[in-house]
Amino acid sequence: MLGTGILKGMLETAKNFAGSYHDPARLTTVEYPEQRIASKENARQFPFLVHDTEDPMKGLRCVACQICEKECPPQCIYIVKSKDKRADYKGQMQLYPVTFDIDLSVCMSCQICVEVCPFESIKMDTEFELSNTDRFGGLLVNKHQLAKSNDHYRKIHPSEAAASDAALAVEVAKAQAKAKADVEAKAKAAAEAKAKADAAAAATPVGAVPSAPQPSSPATGPAAAPAA
Amino acid sequence: MDAPANRTVQSVGQGREGELLEVAMGPQHPSTHGVFRMDVVLDGETVVKLKPVFGYLHRNHEKIAENTSYLGSMPYTDRLDYFCSLSNNWAYALSVEKLAGLQVPERAEYIRLITAELTRVLNHTCLAGFLLQDMGALGTPLMYAFREREKILDLIESLTGARMMCNYMRFGGCRCDLPPGWLDEAKKVVAEYPKFLDEFDALLSGNEILMARTQGVGKLSAELAISAGITGPMLRASGVDYDLRKVDNYGIYSRYPFRVPLGDHGDVYDRYMIRMLEMRESLKILEPALNDIPDGPVVDPKAKLRGFRPKPGEAYGRIESPKGELGFHLISDGSPNPYRYRVRPPSLINLTILEDMCLGQTIADAVITLGSVDIVLGEVDR
Repeated sequence: MLGTGILKGMLETAKNFAGSYHDPARLTTVEYPEQRIASKENARQFPFLVHDTEDPMKGLRCVACQICEKECPPQCIYIVKSKDKRADYKGQMQLYPVTFDIDLSVCMSCQICVEVCPFESIKMDTEFELSNTDRFGGLLVNKHQLAKSNDHYRKIHPSEAAASDAALAVEVAKAQAKAKADVEAKAKAAAEAKAKADAAAAATPVGAVPSAPQPSSPATGPAAAPAA
Repeated sequence: MDAPANRTVQSVGQGREGELLEVAMGPQHPSTHGVFRMDVVLDGETVVKLKPVFGYLHRNHEKIAENTSYLGSMPYTDRLDYFCSLSNNWAYALSVEKLAGLQVPERAEYIRLITAELTRVLNHTCLAGFLLQDMGALGTPLMYAFREREKILDLIESLTGARMMCNYMRFGGCRCDLPPGWLDEAKKVVAEYPKFLDEFDALLSGNEILMARTQGVGKLSAELAISAGITGPMLRASGVDYDLRKVDNYGIYSRYPFRVPLGDHGDVYDRYMIRMLEMRESLKILEPALNDIPDGPVVDPKAKLRGFRPKPGEAYGRIESPKGELGFHLISDGSPNPYRYRVRPPSLINLTILEDMCLGQTIADAVITLGSVDIVLGEVDR
């Protein structure tokens, strides 16, 4: 009969309409600014720079290698390398970024900077309310605004952060083992040199053999991370 | 009401019989699905000439890709057909894998199949909603479709981190493994989806108004479809059995039996029904695939993320995207950037036939014919 299909369809709409009063599963929307859906663990919005110490600028993991700047598809990262070096989390002397800017209006949240970073220093934030009233300066995010602590990273991406901490702990362990081996090798070399000098019958007295430099302590680094 | 005889008011058409009227539909017209213009020449309400005009969304995708690394183009492919970014990722990854000779691990193949089929369901759901919107069923079907789409988008977001701009596939696998509990959620969504399709069918497929509005409208013959290079659901609605999932057997599609729905008439109603049926077939693939997925790595350990330079050569990778054959033709000269990068977009090629389908129809039918072609302007213009 003509019209049966229409009536059937009307019945479906009626079911949905009535159902929305009884079944909470049918109410699929939330009242956004008041109600919020918890963000997904994998969610990504805008990058941030991870730091390990109290002072964000001193503890930035970034070593200004500029790989992310090169790989960034829309070219929204701008880095200026430092002239001097400073010790990183494992005590190795590294450059650091004097300037690290990301243009918020250009970034397309693709996460490629995170993937190519070999130093676990740039990660994705889940903050999505990024609008700004200043359309020029406000959209160029500098390194002070980008720096966020490792604890923040652990909070927003727990499993990813655990993997990253574990990877860094391995690096630190390697660096410590290497430093220890270096110290031993230097001590051995020093001992040999001393023995040689002694054997040289003190004709030309050698001055004090300089003691091997101690590696700086990585106690503040992620070696103290729970995964370690 | 008739105008009084002593007044000289004339209706617009009076004394102008036989004259043609040229109308620019779009680029701001709401039913052109984005910034697309149809220059239509009308005789009364009948279309006598139709010229599709596009390029308003052109963003130089191919040349940008030739100046970016292979990896750097991956997020740009999301923006081609922004409903189906995972299919686009797969097609691009497939052609780079052909070029560089990378192997994809078993688990990654399963993830690709699952995400691609989810994307197909997602795309066809949206299309059904938009098509009905074009026909004047304002709101209800589209909102029902979007309610279900949101469930799949939630799955995709928890897997890839973004709802639409996924950037998930990598050369030789996928970016990351499935998050814990994802498979169970996906199984739940897939198990519940037929219920929605039944509801949608009851709501619309038997609706007499829909049938009267779409049957016999925008007909496309099989001969014309083949000679114009039409692919995807549009070609199958004209009765040609051609599905790259069967023809090419890429990925692991050969392991799962599924049927290819075919149409008889090649009209708008057939195109709508083909998509409804294809969704059911996709769910038939998804159900066992979600159970069979093995453990293992998700990316080829030989694949390099930084400093990726394939050997000089040429490759064409194609998949059956929800809209048709999506192919990427790459030529490498051994440098980190492709020497030539070319997309074969199904939307654009399916759109070329629009005039032939619309001639002799009314202007209102041209709108739904365009809706049934299923275009996304991001892909048409690139």
